[in-house]
Amino acid sequence: MKIWQALKEAIASLSANRTRSFLTVLGIVIGVGAVIGVLSLGQGAEASIIGQIESIGTNVIYVFRGNTSEDVTNPNSLTTADADALANRTRAPHILNISPVLAGQSSVRFGDESTQTSIMGVVENYAEVTGIELSEGSFFTESNVTNRSSVVVLGPELAERLTGRQTELVGTTVHINNYPFRVVGVTKAKGGNQFSSPDMDAYIPITAMQLRVKRQSIPNAVDFLLIQAQDSQSIDDAMQEAKSILRSSHRLSSRQPDDFTMTNQQDVLSIANSITSILTIFLAGIAGISLLVGGIGIMNIMLVSVTERTREIGLRKALGARKFDIQLQFLTESAMLSVFGGLIGVGFGWLLGEIVGAIAANSGTPLVPQISLNSVLLATLFSLAVGIFFGWYPALRAANLEPVEALRYE
Amino acid sequence: MELTSQASRPVIDVRNLTKDYRLGEIMVPALRGIDLQIFPGEMVAIMGPSGSGKSTLMNMIGCLDSPTSGEYYLDSLLVSDLKDDELAIVRNQKIGFVFQNYNLLPRIDALENVTLPIRYSDITANMRQRAEAALQSVGLGDRIHHKPNQLSGGQQQRVAIARALVNEPAILLADEPTGNLDSQSGKEVMDLLLNLNQQENTTIVLVTHDPKVAAQAKRIVQLFDGLIKTPEEAS
Ligand SMILES: Nc1ncnc2c1ncn2[C@@H]1O[C@H](COP(=O)(O)OP(=O)(O)OP(=O)(O)O)[C@@H](O)[C@H]1O
Ligand SMILES: [Mg+2]
Repeated sequence: MKIWQALKEAIASLSANRTRSFLTVLGIVIGVGAVIGVLSLGQGAEASIIGQIESIGTNVIYVFRGNTSEDVTNPNSLTTADADALANRTRAPHILNISPVLAGQSSVRFGDESTQTSIMGVVENYAEVTGIELSEGSFFTESNVTNRSSVVVLGPELAERLTGRQTELVGTTVHINNYPFRVVGVTKAKGGNQFSSPDMDAYIPITAMQLRVKRQSIPNAVDFLLIQAQDSQSIDDAMQEAKSILRSSHRLSSRQPDDFTMTNQQDVLSIANSITSILTIFLAGIAGISLLVGGIGIMNIMLVSVTERTREIGLRKALGARKFDIQLQFLTESAMLSVFGGLIGVGFGWLLGEIVGAIAANSGTPLVPQISLNSVLLATLFSLAVGIFFGWYPALRAANLEPVEALRYE
Repeated sequence: MELTSQASRPVIDVRNLTKDYRLGEIMVPALRGIDLQIFPGEMVAIMGPSGSGKSTLMNMIGCLDSPTSGEYYLDSLLVSDLKDDELAIVRNQKIGFVFQNYNLLPRIDALENVTLPIRYSDITANMRQRAEAALQSVGLGDRIHHKPNQLSGGQQQRVAIARALVNEPAILLADEPTGNLDSQSGKEVMDLLLNLNQQENTTIVLVTHDPKVAAQAKRIVQLFDGLIKTPEEAS
């Protein structure tokens, strides 16, 4: 019997038992659905995390005080002097920009509205380093930084919360830590997550930060440094150069370990990637178990079907069906059942992802579920394999029935 | 023996065939040494009391079951030498089987039931036309899309005959084909078989309990307790 005839017969036989066929594949539907749903959300989350990380720029290096892997007593603070030393083009040809950051929490008030949020004390090229863009106004200038000007750039969400709007804010005044600051710009929305939301931040010159918001015992100390390399290829060179400059400005002898730590976006990205790949393996495990359960369900119903149709099998053999024909017939049925279940499962999983995505979007976390063609193909192929694997034994049993005995079966 | 002239070698040649069924510890002998030759174009009726082994013999002739001992040549082919798949081809090409209870597949219509043997053969060209022609020849050209439960018993048996004929087999085997039918439709089915034998020269072996039916055949074989009674013994 030809394969397309087997397919036609399988469709006829499965649709003769619609309810049973549907209930049989429910295990596969739920298994594949759950996997596709969670996978689509996972890929959506991964895309948004990676998007956020990459939006800062992949050629950015973070420098923190202290050393996480080696014991360093009394590490030197990072200072604006360090930032100045790093700005030396001849010693550090691969470094493009440096932005020291002094961050802190403070109250921000506009009229009667007031809120607590994080204030970022930065320099003029912070916007370039981190890829911040403005929806109105402009970022503050180098002279604002040298003059300790009380100017501020607001994140859009912060602006919205304080003033109820995101436009026509340039020139207005907000109070930070009870000092008046003139608004010079509003940034474009960047999105965020539950841990950090740049859209709620306010950016002021680092000098104004030191003076008005966060007084330091070491006057020019900063929280961390952002270093922008010339391009993503020169990151390693830039890190090497920054390391030797910082070691000499911190007067470390060659025996002493670094008293600062550097990471870059690529490291962070690879951590994010390894987390998502662990997640994927975990999901694959769940998928495997649910498909196993679904497959056993299919095997069970195929065995029932073989028993029910013993006379039919006997008749087909009497009419000239070979073992292969009978086996093909039942294998086609089980494979079709489970691929059918897999396809419904894909639809079901897609729906699941959309619903969860919509709920997440409503509660302020933008999460766009993504279904890749790969995961759909994989789910379909996997269902096919499950159908063939678990249909094999019932089909073999059908094929090996003796014609007379099968015909005599009541 | 004028039938064994040069041209006709037996299409069915059974020699000393035995069949034992095993029931737990005991062996039940169903056939105890059958010798039977049937020639092309013959119509043979097999009679005998219930349990005498008629169906068992038919199943052997139809290659549905294998004997315990003895030889069976079908069209000069030694059947016991054949493997499973070769037997399937023999059943498909050389044998048409008609059962007492019709054995049509209930899900599919008459036409599709008749196409089944074609689907299991190598030559699937003109499948529809051939099946339609077979249904026409049993007088059911206007019922091709009826499901079995939309047909009378006699009509169902005629569909079964069309199905048995569609691959143009060497022999037609019918195990009590009129057993489930009233006398009128039984007569119709018998007329059909007689006609096939006389007009198309189809070799037919049929089992029946009805002496009137058997009388229409050219030859009657009496089975008794797994053995063939000779005509002398029978009379
Ligand atoms: N599968 C089987 N297992 C055990 N014994 C069997 C089996 N099939 C048939 N027999 C026995 O073999 C003998 C012949 O059976 P068979 O069916 O050939 O009789 P029959 O002549 O066709 O009878 P009927 O006219 O009632 O159809 C009987 O004694 C029966 O009990
Ligand atoms: Mg019988």
